[in-house]
Amino acid sequence: MNDRAEGARLFLKTIVARAYPRVVAANRQKSWVFFDLAFPLVGTFAMVFVYEGLHAPKQFLGFVVMGGAMLAFWQNVLWSMGAQFSWDRDNGTLELYAISPTTFEGVLLGMAVGAMFTTTIRGAAVLLIGSLLFGVSYSLSGILPAAGIFLLTLAALYCLGMLLASLFLFYSREAWHLSNALQEPVNFLSGLYFPVKALGAYVGGAASLIPLTLGLDAMRQVLLPGTPRFLSPGLETLAVAAQIPLFAFLAYSSLRFMEARARREGKLISKWS
Amino acid sequence: MGLGRVYKTRSETVTALDSVDLKIREGELFGVLGPNGAGKTTLIKILVTLLLPTSGTARVDGFDVVTEYRRLRPRISIVSGGENAGYGILKVREQLWMFSQFYGMPSGPARARIDELLERLGLADVANRQISGLSSGMRQKMNLVRGLMTDPRVLFLDEPTVALDVGAARDLRQEVGRWMEEDPTRTVILTTHYMQEADDLCDRIAIVNKGRIVIEGTPHSLKAEVQRDVVVDLQLEPGTPLLDRLREVEGVGAASVREEDGIDRFSLLLVDDGVLTNVISTVERSGRRVAGLAKRQPTLEDAFVKLVGRSMSEEEAN
Repeated sequence: MNDRAEGARLFLKTIVARAYPRVVAANRQKSWVFFDLAFPLVGTFAMVFVYEGLHAPKQFLGFVVMGGAMLAFWQNVLWSMGAQFSWDRDNGTLELYAISPTTFEGVLLGMAVGAMFTTTIRGAAVLLIGSLLFGVSYSLSGILPAAGIFLLTLAALYCLGMLLASLFLFYSREAWHLSNALQEPVNFLSGLYFPVKALGAYVGGAASLIPLTLGLDAMRQVLLPGTPRFLSPGLETLAVAAQIPLFAFLAYSSLRFMEARARREGKLISKWS
Repeated sequence: MGLGRVYKTRSETVTALDSVDLKIREGELFGVLGPNGAGKTTLIKILVTLLLPTSGTARVDGFDVVTEYRRLRPRISIVSGGENAGYGILKVREQLWMFSQFYGMPSGPARARIDELLERLGLADVANRQISGLSSGMRQKMNLVRGLMTDPRVLFLDEPTVALDVGAARDLRQEVGRWMEEDPTRTVILTTHYMQEADDLCDRIAIVNKGRIVIEGTPHSLKAEVQRDVVVDLQLEPGTPLLDRLREVEGVGAASVREEDGIDRFSLLLVDDGVLTNVISTVERSGRRVAGLAKRQPTLEDAFVKLVGRSMSEEEAN
């Protein structure tokens, strides 16, 4: 087997192996029922009651339920992608990744694949329970396009997560501070509980750098007719699709830079430095 | 050759390794011995490609650690003491399989090799137990399985028995010995600050202190450094500090002290038996009472004290 084929084989094996703990954790760690299902549902319920109290149109309940489902992904990207390498460094795992023949890209992609699998199940549960409880109805013709937009949004979001993983190593000894700091602002800017149009052109434009913002807005537009339009769903989908190679490239460059700096300075990867 | 590593911060420059020249032969169990902070871990981090040297070059299994690190990595492995790497939610066998995949091992042979090593290290019964439920001894044995399962050409053991009980440490050492016997071309580089461990295991040893190699040789040849000296263990009841005064006695080559069970235990290297009279006089003048006195065979610790001038614990405290 030539070097290229051997490298591809190792890359795929790494993805499967690193995804495995994430998938296994979904079954063994029962606490996910609280953290990934109950808590997002509680937040969703609160916003639903606010809209109901204001006698908002029914589709607003749909905004909130869909936002609640997508919230699970953002939390997952922050805590299980962005902060993961920092935790791996603290317990010595990152060093073992570094001296093995595999690549950080393979490890991160495995983390992302595993996380997407488990979080999709949880997000779907939030969507189903919220929709049934509050009687949210969706446009049937929008389901297929929404599924496509959803996959593109996930890809862009987890590429951003891969970028965050190395950025967190650069800028924080305590990754959870950064995760905490990024959580609420992004919840707000991505319009999890309201239409993105409400942010206005400038703030909405800046918030569009977060894949969740445009992805969620596009899904709402195709599933909930009458959603206030920030940009057309086609344009928003295109922008999200463009973010995939952008964040993938930035993540790759950042990882290369991190690895080189780690070897040069003896920092970042090793827990003792 | 001429391996060096300097750390620079805004306020200071620290030389962790200073022009280290070392040649380790294939099939050798080579010990790097020294107090904490001597530069052992820095040396290992360079050799396993985690850290770049700031001067000099190093080759492991024929590959340059700076320029050929990607080709070198499949051929090496490291096991560190007190290692908590991995994910507690996984079972022992699952975690080991996960790491085997990062080396590209086919799953079937990997699982067979893992089971074989778990059996040899007495971990077969806990193969399906979650890692979070393992004792520290079991965990370190599992880490050794991780290090061995890929059959590295060079295995690095960085303080592998630190904080382990006697039985677990013995099992680890035995397995390392057995693994090396299976293939005489396998090489192990061990860092430790346990003198006895180095003495028992290593074919050759380098004593490192303050980033430099103080001496290199077989345990026997290092002990021969103090073979002509008279080695005396002197036990004194508590009292005024005496170490510096004993070091000043003519004919005392080196001295160190450790406190155990309320008794100060001095190790003295004397040029000849006659020096003992002056030592006892010095003790009597200080008013301290002798609790015990015995001559014994020299150890690596004695060699270290003679070569460095102080005991390993003094160096660490310093």
